Amino acid sequence: MMSLNSSSIYIAFKNRYVLTGLIIILIFVFMAVFADFIAPYSPVEYVGPPLQPPSREYIMGTDNLGRDIFSRIVYGSRIMLTIVAIAVAISGAVGTILGLISGYIGGILDRLLSFTMDSIYAFPSLILAISLSVALGPSPINAAIAIALVYIPTYFRMIRGQVLSIKNETYIEIARALGLPSTRIVLRHILPHVTKTLMVVFSMNSADAILTEAALSFMGLTVQPPTPDWGFDLYKGRGFVLAGMWWIMLFPGLCIILLAVGFALISEGISTLITTRKR
Amino acid sequence: MGLVKYIAVRALMIIPTVLILYTLVFVILRVLPGNPVLAALGTKNIPEEQLKALMSELGLDKPLIQQYFEYLINFTRGDMGKSMVVRGRPIASDIIDKLPATLELSIWAILFSLIIGVGLGYIGARVQNPYVKTIVRLMGSIVFVIFIPALGLSLQLVFSRYLGVLPTGGRLSVTMGFKPITGIYTLDALLQLNIQAFFDALKHLVLPAFTLGLVISGPYMRLTLNNMEEIMESKIIEAYRARGIRDSRLLRHAFRHVLVPITTYTGLQFSLLMGGAVLTETTFNWPGIGTYLVDKVMYRDYTAIQAVIIIFAIIVGLTSLIVDVLYALIDPRVRY
Repeated sequence: MMSLNSSSIYIAFKNRYVLTGLIIILIFVFMAVFADFIAPYSPVEYVGPPLQPPSREYIMGTDNLGRDIFSRIVYGSRIMLTIVAIAVAISGAVGTILGLISGYIGGILDRLLSFTMDSIYAFPSLILAISLSVALGPSPINAAIAIALVYIPTYFRMIRGQVLSIKNETYIEIARALGLPSTRIVLRHILPHVTKTLMVVFSMNSADAILTEAALSFMGLTVQPPTPDWGFDLYKGRGFVLAGMWWIMLFPGLCIILLAVGFALISEGISTLITTRKR
Repeated sequence: MGLVKYIAVRALMIIPTVLILYTLVFVILRVLPGNPVLAALGTKNIPEEQLKALMSELGLDKPLIQQYFEYLINFTRGDMGKSMVVRGRPIASDIIDKLPATLELSIWAILFSLIIGVGLGYIGARVQNPYVKTIVRLMGSIVFVIFIPALGLSLQLVFSRYLGVLPTGGRLSVTMGFKPITGIYTLDALLQLNIQAFFDALKHLVLPAFTLGLVISGPYMRLTLNNMEEIMESKIIEAYRARGIRDSRLLRHAFRHVLVPITTYTGLQFSLLMGGAVLTETTFNWPGIGTYLVDKVMYRDYTAIQAVIIIFAIIVGLTSLIVDVLYALIDPRVRY
C-alpha cells in the first residue's frame, strides 16, 4: 500500500487504459466548456427541416422539431457532466467522512451505520434513485442529490473496510501512544493510504452515476424540455426507431456509453496497476 | 439441526433490512414538504373539503407515526394500500399481476448472461493468444457501461425494423388462445404443451433478455477467466497432468471448480439485475414491475411506489438468503 505521489501519478498516466479514458473524458469536458463555439446551431431552436438524416449541413441529422442533433449533443454534455460531478463529489465526500469515522471509532455507531449502509447498498441503486427523484421533484439539482444519496454506501463500505485493516498497524498504535489527536491520525496517517483505492471506486462510481443520470433523464426526471439532455433525447428518439430514423436515438445513446467507458477504463487501469504492483 | 437454525437466523435478518428501506422510503415520500395528493392529482385547484375527503380516504390525515405502523401491519396481511391515482385499486393485485413478467425476464436474462459471460470467459482461458485474453478481461470490466435503452433500441432497429424477424415489445402475440397459469409464459406454454405459444413467448423474450443479460455478464467473464487460469496453475491440475490426462480434458476439470464462485455471484448480481430490469422493461414495453414503477412515477402515485420498493427489498433479501444457504450446502468449509 503506497500513498499517492507524483511518481505513481506518472505511472498511472503511462497506462494506456488510464490514458484512453482521460482523453475521452477531456474531449467531453472540452465540448461542454466550449459548447458556444463548437455547436453550429442553437440547441433549442428550429434550424432546419425536421427528421433530416445526417448530412453535411446537419452532421447528426435533425429531430422531429427541426433541431440540430449535433448541437444538442454538444450542449447536452453540460447537463450530464454537471449532474455527475455534483453527485459524485457529494457522495464521495459524505461516504468517505462517514466511513473514516465509523471505521475508526467502531462500537455501536459503527454497527448501526454499517447495517444501514449495507441495506441500502444491497438494494438496486437505480430504483432507489428513481424514488428519490420523484420525491424531491424532477430537476437537475434534485437528480444530482438523488444520485449522490444512492452512492454514499459505495464509498462508505470501501473506506470503512480499509480503515479497519489499517487501524491496527503498528504505526497507528504508536501515533495513538504518542497522544496524537484522533482527527490528525485519521486525516494524516490513514486517509493517505486509501487514496488509490478511492480513485478506483471514484472512477467506477462516476461511470455508474453517468448511467443512472441517463436512466433518470430517460424517465423524464431531470430536465424539462427543451433543455438538451442525452438521456431525455434518447427517450424522444425511441418513437422514431420503427420509422427507421435511427439518428435521433443513436447519437445520444453512443455519447452516454462513450463517456461511461472513459471512466470505466480509468478504473480498470488503476486497479490493474494496484494489483500488479502488489505482486 | 445446525442448518435449520442457520436458515432461520439468516431469514430473520431480512426483516431489519426491509424495515430500513421502508423507513427510508416512508421518510422520503411522506415527510418531505409538499402534499402527496396534490402531486398525484397534478393540480392545486381543488376545493379544500374535497382534498380533506381524499386525504382521509387514503389515511393520510392521521399522524405520521400511526400511518407508519398501520401500513406495516397491513402489509404483513398482504394489504399494500390503495392506488392514489386509480382510485381504490388495491396495489397488491397489481403487483401480483406484474411480478411474474419481471421474474420471467430476470430468469432468461441470467441464463443469457451465464451463456455470454461464462462462454467468453472460457474461450479467454482456453485460447493461448494474449490479445484474446486481454479483450475478454477488458470486456468483463466495461460491458456494464452499455446503456440498456441505447442497446435495446438499436437491437429493435436491426431485428424489428430492418430484418422484421422479432417483435419490438409485449410478451405474446394476442391472437393465440393461451391461458396463463403461473404468469411465467414460457413455463405455462410448456405445461400446456403449446409449442407455438412457447416459441412466440420466446420470440418476445429474446431481445430484452439478451440486452439485460449482456449488460450484467461482465463479472461472469472475469470470474470464469481468472478462476480457470488460477486453477490451471494449481496443484490439482498438476496431479491430473501427472496422471497423463490430456489438456483438453483438464479444462473440463478446471471448469467444474469455477461453478462455485459463479453460483455465489449470481446472488450478488440480483440487485444489478433488478435495476437493469426496470430499464429493460421500459425500453421493450415489457409489462412487469419495472414498467409499473415507471408508470406510477409519471403519475406520482406514492403509495404504489412505496409498495414496489418494499417488494424489491424483500426480493433482494430472499435471494441473498437463498444464495447463502446454497453456498453453505455446496461448500463444506462454511460453518453455520
